[in-house]
Amino acid sequence: MDYTLLFVQVLNGLQLGLLLFLVASGLTLVFGILDFVNLAHGSIYMIGAFICASLTFVLGNFLWAVLVALPLTGIVGYALERIVARNLYDKDHLDHVLGTFGLVLVLDTSAHILWGPAGITVPLPLWLDGQVELFTGAVIPVFRLLIIGTGLTVATGLFWLVNYTRLGMLIRAGASNRTMVSALGIDIQTLFALVFALGAMLSGLAGMLIAPITGANIGMGGQIIITAFVVIIIGGIGSMKGAFIAAIIIGLIDTLGRSFLDTLFTLIMNENAAETAAPAVSAMMIYILMAVILAVKPQGLFPPKVR
Amino acid sequence: MKRLLSAALAATMLTGLAQAAEVKIGFVTTLTTGGAVVGKDQEKAVNLAIEHMGGKMGGLDINLIFGDDGFKPETGKQVTDKLVKQDNVDFVAGYIWSHVLLASRKSVLDAGKFLISANAGPGPVAGKLCHENFFSSSWQNDQTPMAMGEVLNQKGVKSIYVIAPNYAAGKGMVAGVKRTFKGEILGVDMTTWPTQLDFSAELAKAKASGAEGLFVFYPGKAGGAFMKQYQQAGLKNSLPLYTVFSVDALSLPKFQAANFTDVLGSQFTQQWDPTIDNAQNKRFVADFRAKHGAYPSFYAAQAYDSMFLIQSAVDAVGGDLTNMDGMRAAMKSASYSSVRGDYTYGNNHMPIQAFYLREVVKDSGGNWTTKIVQTVYDAHQDTYAKDCSMN
Repeated sequence: MDYTLLFVQVLNGLQLGLLLFLVASGLTLVFGILDFVNLAHGSIYMIGAFICASLTFVLGNFLWAVLVALPLTGIVGYALERIVARNLYDKDHLDHVLGTFGLVLVLDTSAHILWGPAGITVPLPLWLDGQVELFTGAVIPVFRLLIIGTGLTVATGLFWLVNYTRLGMLIRAGASNRTMVSALGIDIQTLFALVFALGAMLSGLAGMLIAPITGANIGMGGQIIITAFVVIIIGGIGSMKGAFIAAIIIGLIDTLGRSFLDTLFTLIMNENAAETAAPAVSAMMIYILMAVILAVKPQGLFPPKVR
Repeated sequence: MKRLLSAALAATMLTGLAQAAEVKIGFVTTLTTGGAVVGKDQEKAVNLAIEHMGGKMGGLDINLIFGDDGFKPETGKQVTDKLVKQDNVDFVAGYIWSHVLLASRKSVLDAGKFLISANAGPGPVAGKLCHENFFSSSWQNDQTPMAMGEVLNQKGVKSIYVIAPNYAAGKGMVAGVKRTFKGEILGVDMTTWPTQLDFSAELAKAKASGAEGLFVFYPGKAGGAFMKQYQQAGLKNSLPLYTVFSVDALSLPKFQAANFTDVLGSQFTQQWDPTIDNAQNKRFVADFRAKHGAYPSFYAAQAYDSMFLIQSAVDAVGGDLTNMDGMRAAMKSASYSSVRGDYTYGNNHMPIQAFYLREVVKDSGGNWTTKIVQTVYDAHQDTYAKDCSMN
């Protein structure tokens, strides 16, 4: 067993998990509190990536671009809530799915028109573009460490926000019983719009962070949204803690599966068969996990207390 | 009543005549999703080809209908069915992706139409599933990586690690390099296609394997993502990269905008290059650049060729589209002027052609493009030809 490789892969898994958490946290907020199924959450991830990519060229620096792109993405989220989502809250989940699927198509095509089909490669400042050697043999790109750091910081911030602030209290109260909250004189509409914009910013941030790695591309949101749904289903819909733990588990399972499954398979089958079987099985693993969790704990690992 | 009938009859005859006076060509490519960047380039090249022909083939007007496969085999088959059944086209060309071609080929061939692949060249289509009405204006998938395997041998590389996407073409690329590379292959990772764009785990494994080189196939946007991560992982000196179809005229302007200089000097094998010296290629590259402000990609070059291949068929029969044998014989002779220069067709209607080693360089205007460094094969035939029962 190569422990250096294992260490590097665990870091890679952690990084993937934290990115997933950024997307899933917004999704679980909106799904858990607003009871709104938002397929377009992934499109906001794409919009965030594109806005940040364009700004990187305008401002000349990736970090400034992120700082400016974050509020812009929040505004996009706020606008989408006003124009589209708000009209769908009273309808049932199928209408949410239909409405937001339409939104996915609209946003993808808008991005196509605005930024062209080619996508954008995002340059990083030199100090972020290199690598560090944590110990002998364990070389990690600096930018991936930055993603891990950002992800952990945002997770801590969200934990504080939800548990120790007035807004967080309202969010939790809204998740438990929204009629009661509005009966107590809280402007539930504004609260919902804020939550939606916050979710959009989180998702957009994930998109901005992945853009220097994969580039900003049309349709990139469609890939991550499915995994994000798996995360919140495993974690328990509406639970921030659940989203965090499930995202890390999935990030690790996915990365370690891709890394070591083929070696594992060669123990029971020949090399060629393992080469073909391993990617197929590792792509399925997170869904297998979801199926098992749904069978054992249908509410997810950490369901929010009352609904 | 009688007059009405004869008027109706005349009208039908007129439309009948109008239909006969045109050649209908369907072109299936990817015009939406992240794959659209490739499809749009092909669309530009096809339109340029039609313009260069003056809108005529064999005296007939050209009626061109594009179909969008949405980067999915099922959508590709659907749009192919529509072209064949509803539009009743005479030729179906295009197909970037091997899995889309494999899903769609039967719809075209069963209907007795010609099918021209302008990119995809999966093994089965060249071997057991070869068909008299199928022609390729590109290559068989395994050929380009076979040329790269040969280059690796010449460079004295002893061991490589392989990363490629897990679909028909990815498997073909791996099979191709395995066939010619004489050194040791220390590991093969097949990744989920087209969704996986983060290759951190695979790059870490490749590095840990201690291989002398890394062989990679990532077409379209995935190529850009891979190159970027390869640079970020800092592997340029310890694990040199050898690619096929992963760096192209579509990604180079993006790399240049991001000043991603690591890609300069990178090498890959191909059957075509914008610098190939013949009149057809010069005109194609110059006009394409004048019109779109960028170099055409190899996808565009093959799409351009596919139109001239079809023209050679329609010209040969003087516009008589019922003469399938005549058109087939004309295409089989590959007598049109191709942008890659002359080539011939094998028994399976796959090109027997030259393969070059291309290198990324700056042109005189400072634009990032490629030039030919060496000829790897003069006339290379794919290995599936022997499985094809045609002769």
